[in-house]
Amino acid sequence: MHESGAGIAETSLLRWIVLLPLLGAVWNGFLGKRIQRRFGERPIAAVGCLAVAASFLIALRAVLALPPGGAAVDRIYTWFGAGDLHVPFALLLDPLSSVMALVVTGVSALIHLYSIGYMRGDRGFYRYFSFLNLFVFAMLLLVLGDNILLLFVGWEGVGLCSYLLIGFWFADREKAAAGMKAFLVNRIGDLGFIVGILALWWSLAKHGLFSLDFRAMAEGIHLLQGDTILGVPALAFIGIALFVGAAGKSAQIPLYVWLPDAMAGPTPVSALIHAATMVTAGVYMIARMSFLYSLAPQALAVVAAIGAATALFAATIGFAQTDIKKVLAYSTVSQLGTMMLGVGVGAYAAGIFHLMTHAFFKACLFLSAGSVIHALGGEQDLRKMGGLRKKMPVTFLAMFLSTLAIAGIPGFSGFFSKDEILWNAYAGPHGHWALWLAGVLGAGMTAFYMFRLLFLAFFGTCRADEETMRHLHESPRVMTVPLIALAVLSVAGGWVGIPKALGGGNHFHYYLEPAVAAHEAHGSHALELVLIAVSVLLALSGIALAYHFYMKKPDLPARLTARARGLHRLVENKYYVDEIYGATAVRGVLILSRALRVFDDYVIDGIVNLTGWIARIVALISGWFDLVFVDGLVNALANGTIDLGRRARRLQTGAVQTYVLAVFGGILALIALYLGLGGRA
Amino acid sequence: MGGILTTLIFLPLAGMLLLAFVPGSNARAVRLVTLLVTVVLFLVSVPLAWEFEGTGGMEFEERAPWVPAFGISYHVGIDGISLFLLLLTTFLAPLVYLSAWNAITSRVKEFALFYLLLHTGMIGAFVALDLFLFYVFWELMLVPMAFLIGVWGGERRIYAAVKFVLYTVVGSLLMLAALLVLARHAAEASGSLSFDWADLVGTPVPRTLQMLLFGAFALAFAIKVPLFPFHTWLPDAHVEAPTAGSAILAGILLKMGTYGFLRYAMPLFPEAAQAAAPLLAFLALVGIVYGALVAMVQDDVKKLVAYSSVSHLGFVVLGLFAFNTSGIQGAIYVMLAHGLSTSALFLLVGVMYERRHTRLISEYGGLARPMPLFAAFFLVTTLASIGLPALCGFVGEFLVLFGTFRVHPGRAAIAATGVVLGAVYMLWMFRRVFFGPITADANRNLRDLSLREIVVLVPLLVGMVVLGVRPMPLLDRMEKAVERHIEMMRGDARAEAETPEIRFVAEAVDSMEEAR
Repeated sequence: MHESGAGIAETSLLRWIVLLPLLGAVWNGFLGKRIQRRFGERPIAAVGCLAVAASFLIALRAVLALPPGGAAVDRIYTWFGAGDLHVPFALLLDPLSSVMALVVTGVSALIHLYSIGYMRGDRGFYRYFSFLNLFVFAMLLLVLGDNILLLFVGWEGVGLCSYLLIGFWFADREKAAAGMKAFLVNRIGDLGFIVGILALWWSLAKHGLFSLDFRAMAEGIHLLQGDTILGVPALAFIGIALFVGAAGKSAQIPLYVWLPDAMAGPTPVSALIHAATMVTAGVYMIARMSFLYSLAPQALAVVAAIGAATALFAATIGFAQTDIKKVLAYSTVSQLGTMMLGVGVGAYAAGIFHLMTHAFFKACLFLSAGSVIHALGGEQDLRKMGGLRKKMPVTFLAMFLSTLAIAGIPGFSGFFSKDEILWNAYAGPHGHWALWLAGVLGAGMTAFYMFRLLFLAFFGTCRADEETMRHLHESPRVMTVPLIALAVLSVAGGWVGIPKALGGGNHFHYYLEPAVAAHEAHGSHALELVLIAVSVLLALSGIALAYHFYMKKPDLPARLTARARGLHRLVENKYYVDEIYGATAVRGVLILSRALRVFDDYVIDGIVNLTGWIARIVALISGWFDLVFVDGLVNALANGTIDLGRRARRLQTGAVQTYVLAVFGGILALIALYLGLGGRA
Repeated sequence: MGGILTTLIFLPLAGMLLLAFVPGSNARAVRLVTLLVTVVLFLVSVPLAWEFEGTGGMEFEERAPWVPAFGISYHVGIDGISLFLLLLTTFLAPLVYLSAWNAITSRVKEFALFYLLLHTGMIGAFVALDLFLFYVFWELMLVPMAFLIGVWGGERRIYAAVKFVLYTVVGSLLMLAALLVLARHAAEASGSLSFDWADLVGTPVPRTLQMLLFGAFALAFAIKVPLFPFHTWLPDAHVEAPTAGSAILAGILLKMGTYGFLRYAMPLFPEAAQAAAPLLAFLALVGIVYGALVAMVQDDVKKLVAYSSVSHLGFVVLGLFAFNTSGIQGAIYVMLAHGLSTSALFLLVGVMYERRHTRLISEYGGLARPMPLFAAFFLVTTLASIGLPALCGFVGEFLVLFGTFRVHPGRAAIAATGVVLGAVYMLWMFRRVFFGPITADANRNLRDLSLREIVVLVPLLVGMVVLGVRPMPLLDRMEKAVERHIEMMRGDARAEAETPEIRFVAEAVDSMEEAR
């Protein structure tokens, strides 16, 4: 790893990148309702879009001002601290956060623009833009935070916005449920994340290092080699614990289940949060903590294995989905698996590279799908689409180009980033042929089901009803312009990282090098070219197969599924994973909770009431005794409580209170006596 | 005219005197006078925030002989531990009273009298530095709260009030006996009888006696916290109490137990506290998980929030018994955060109750449509309660986990599950109340928040955000006092020798944690 010699510049520019979207969110959140009622949607959209666009421009300026390989820090204040823990609120711009900040603000700006058209006429227009700006704020905090706790703040913040936006149309019970599911599954992951942070701090503090700043940790992390936590090597423990959080946020097995449901949100939200930015936070986190993971091969192995498994597993589900957004959702899960595979074999730069190109082409895919859904009046079922190519040429072109990109056709962005990962999975120091195989198979399957989607939606004859057909139209300019921009990026976005084997300079890799740990993959260019050829061949055959199935012989899929009905149903129902979780974890917790409630009501409280009942009987028996002895005192106190005592006596016997008062007075008297004697003795 | 603390203690009493001249039939006048008194109470307390120096010692001290024959004195003062609890009390006083503006329609004057008397008791208990004086205020709180529940409460109010009284009295009588024994023991050593905290805290106490006395104090405080399994008075008291009563109960009274541990039980009997730590931490952990699980399946919103308090207060106890700065500062911070967010939750539930006269979750659904502003307030409070960073709940919880992890990683990991479960029960409840279609016609045209309700809730919300974003001014002011507290705990009690019973419990806890 190269620690940059360029030094750290101080700046106060970075805070504005983060702050502007927050201000936009606050403005629209507090005043938006009235503004919308009086002035319509325009001023709302203007504030929302300008806040993000300005944030993008400032980020661009800050990135360009960075010396090569250098970094800048914006220290704002001390957030909190106690004892030897101090958590500064500081932002860091280095090559890694530069890439992330530009992708986040850039893609966000385009999607904000698109949303103006997509959300037109929604009564919650202001609320939508406020939440979307808030999301950008949290996401920027996540990528720019200078220490792992600030990253966590952003991490939770994006989770909140995701919750709010999935359940944006909250009156729909299922949509609200999807939002909650997303939040809760993420929280399970966060449990690991919190434990990871605690363990990290604890381990570092044992060596006298009291900081959670990324750069300080990077310098001291080697001290942890040889430490153990609960019998596990400390670095592996921390790495895996943090990865549990990443698995939640980045939808990896076994915590991926929330992401497909998250499609209940408005489609631009799916594009921005559940494809381009938020869900990649786990990948970013691992790249950010690369100094740790590089010293924890066991943790890396877990990341790579889960990533590869997710890439393959989710791709199979993509085969049998009929909801256009669900196909894209499982494709996102699969692509996130590929990214995890990348960082899991130590190819952090490749993982981030794919994160970036995926942000472009997947945002483009989702927005195209949104354009289709918008045109069809909310229809998401692929079986009711078809032949849209002619009616929606711009949308079709954008979708076509981004599908080529995700399928990994040479020259398109996804090709370069995906093959960089596959090459490292095979030949990198942490690679293994099995990981490569899973990755390459997943990629081939992706090509198949993505072209299936393309053929079903845009080719053949239209299967929508006539009413819908008549309203069919290309989307307005405000939606198609972002589509075109993203389509261009889907094509060209990969050219910054053309590998040396293909005569490029792999600039992206070297740009990131100062910020992430780097491992060189070892192998000849010839081997790399062979592997590329294999993956391209697989992708092409996937496309050919899709063409054969859905263009040449459209009745073939139905016949095939009829023959393998059981298998098809299994895949169509996503292997019943949701149902299994429901029957085990969810039900288990509920049963336990109900049992504890009964326990609390009848056992614990029962003992209490029994005790009270016995005390009452004792009180009745001894009542006369007490009255004789401390009659005067009781009367005096009883008079003091006037009518309430009387009320209570009418409803109860009143004996309990009397008893207590008597005991109280008695003890007072006895103790006074005791002290008096004691003092004299 | 005494010092600022004396003023705060007696101001509510003066207000009661003032009320005596207002005819009870004029409800409006009674309300205005009471509100005025509570506002003045808050304003008087505000200068404490910046005049406080944070030296670690007691500040704003006042001392006067009270019963010299028995060494009882009127001794008050605050340090970084009590400062913010005191401010929380005076901050909530006018807000909670204002929330009850329309809810209390019968016996308005009596309500106001008890409400003011309660504040004298609470403020006194936080600032008292004489054990006997503390005891007097401690009992003084009990009476008005019992009446608030018993007179203005729901259907089973008498049962709830009696349960509340009996539970508390059982604990506090033991505490009284213990503090008398302690004072006598100290008198034998020093030759003069004194109940002064500063005198007693330095007195060495033999180990066996420490265990006994700590046990008595701990029981009294554990009931008040409430620590599992002494918590069953809480759901009943909360459900039956009027909204204002619940808010004060959750906001302030529940802090009395943990404050008692911090101020009295721990520094007075440091060895015993160290020895009992595994047991108390174990009960706290059970409370965190158990409270959250039981909260999940409640049908009544108030009961749900009540059990969530059991869970949150578990964090406080866990932090206290980590015996390090971050754990204890975190514990105090959780007390403050919980004071804001949970009292706000009760006030919000009160808003629903005033409109629909039910607290059953199943009676609601889709409220976000007719009451968007209310939904927004409720959501922010919910998020604060489940510890979302940048709101008040996170900082304290994190510090507690952090302090605990350093001494016992397993405990911290178990406690962290409370964070997940907290999100489950709160968001599930939120979803059932606010999202989905409107199922009951009665909910279709509910009024959104009134101006009065907004005035009540906004300061609470601002407090939650400020505590989440800018915790340092608070943490700085409490740091020295917490460090001093830890020194007192170390004092003479470095001996790690444990009794066989305690060691057995400790080992059992350890092995259970490892098994997880």
